[in-house]
Amino acid sequence: MNDSLRHVWTIAKRELGGYFNSPVAYVFIVIFLLLNGFFTFMLGYYFERGQASLAEPFFSWHPWLYLFLVPAVGMRLWAEERRSGTLELLLTMPIEPWQAIVAKFLASWIFLGIALALTFPVVITTAYLGDPDVGTVFSGYLGSFLLAGAYLGVTEMMSALTRNQIIAFIISVVAGSFIIHCGREPVTNLMNGWAPERLVDLVKSFSTWYHFLAFQRGVVDIRDLLYFGSVIGFSLFTTSVVLRGVRGA
Amino acid sequence: MITVENLVKEFGSKRAVNGVSFTVQRGEVLGFLGPNGAGKSTTMRMITGYMPPTAGRVLVGGHDVAEKPIAAKRLLGYLPESAPSYPDMTVHGFLSWAAEMRGLTGAARVDAIRRVSTLCFLDNVLQQSVDTLSKGYRHRTCLAQALIHDPDVLVLDEPTDGLDPNQKHEVRQLIKNMGRNKVIIFSTHILEEVEACCSRAIIIDRGQIVANGTPSELKARSELSGTVTLRVHGVAAETVRGKLANVAAAGKVTVDGDTAYVNARVFPRNRAISGELANAIARVVAQEGWSFDELHTEEGRLDDVFRSITMPDTAKSGA
Repeated sequence: MNDSLRHVWTIAKRELGGYFNSPVAYVFIVIFLLLNGFFTFMLGYYFERGQASLAEPFFSWHPWLYLFLVPAVGMRLWAEERRSGTLELLLTMPIEPWQAIVAKFLASWIFLGIALALTFPVVITTAYLGDPDVGTVFSGYLGSFLLAGAYLGVTEMMSALTRNQIIAFIISVVAGSFIIHCGREPVTNLMNGWAPERLVDLVKSFSTWYHFLAFQRGVVDIRDLLYFGSVIGFSLFTTSVVLRGVRGA
Repeated sequence: MITVENLVKEFGSKRAVNGVSFTVQRGEVLGFLGPNGAGKSTTMRMITGYMPPTAGRVLVGGHDVAEKPIAAKRLLGYLPESAPSYPDMTVHGFLSWAAEMRGLTGAARVDAIRRVSTLCFLDNVLQQSVDTLSKGYRHRTCLAQALIHDPDVLVLDEPTDGLDPNQKHEVRQLIKNMGRNKVIIFSTHILEEVEACCSRAIIIDRGQIVANGTPSELKARSELSGTVTLRVHGVAAETVRGKLANVAAAGKVTVDGDTAYVNARVFPRNRAISGELANAIARVVAQEGWSFDELHTEEGRLDDVFRSITMPDTAKSGA
């Protein structure tokens, strides 16, 4: 394994261990699964629909679930390092800062992936009751995972801005609401009257909402993949800029 | 091994470090002294590559820390000021992580952990979680992390802070022993520490180096350096002053106390530490037949030097 990968892996392993060594992981997973069940079966009218599809009753809730739960997972990433002073320890190790940034991101993303994977009973239920389209289920999961990654990137960046986890959480939720709402009707309606259509489309294209919608419908479009990739890439890059400032550059 | 050239660090409009330059060779233990907020930690952070300097540069083992940070950081072990560590890990887990970050795996890692846990007296707590440890143990855990790859250069920011007197003694011994074939820079508020283990000391104040020398060179700058103190009893204070003032090598003489005990301090005419003045005074004491219970030459006190250098306005009243 080359040095960069080894550093990323060493840091990511520590971060992941950090989740599972504390009650955080278990509390999070239980709440995530409970809420998923509640939304799908109670609010999503899963049974009443009579359709062997996960898009509407299951995946459509994820943007709202992640809005709060992803910041809860990611808020400590840098805020905690800054508060406890371990940031100094970490960044004086013989590593490049980007390795730590990517490692932390990956660790939390893997953790979110594990939580998401644990929703498999809903897939089994659907397969038992009907005949769902495997491709759509797969693309839905892929989209959900990417969506979690996008929120996580934003959260990691916000977490680097402060040494207080609560503040990191709140500003992450606000930033997350922003990137989801900018493509939804309340915002687009406000703009429709006066703004040129191209501007409205531009603002819409920044929203996670429509990009995720495509995945829910079973469409894996390279443009949507690029969108999520660039949101993640941009937030990690911004994190590195913020950290440079924290170090007093 | 370490070269610091005209290092400057500005935070906004405030200059925390203002043109600091020095070099440290292998085998030297450099004590970094200064009042709180003098710029000690900031300088150390720039040496370790945590903070980029506003101007100037740092070379560690020939590598410019700003340009080749990885190569420089490989040579360095660093104990930050508050001795941070990850509270959710065990001591063993933490050291193991640090070893892996330093590229130690397999048997090398096992050996490294064993070595540092013995050096820092952590054998009994290896399986304990860091957040259950007392401050002293936590401190030594972070110190162990700095030593894990047996680095050529050690930068220790207040390594004995929060330790009990025995632990302080152990850590000083450790620094002294390791200093023989490494470069060690450590900061401290405790002046005895500098005398106990430094081969050189730098005093920094308001971001600038105000003194740089061996501990004895620094002590020689003390006002009291070279003075002889004498305590006699059964003689009037004025008599003592009169006789001592006649000694050829003596300068100013101060006395206090009454007939029961007189404390006299004789300043040398020209400031140099030698036995000459004490000898001359001993002869006077013998001639006069005074009974005395103390006679010694002051080497000078670091805390006097420290105060007079770092607080120029108020130092006189303290001397």
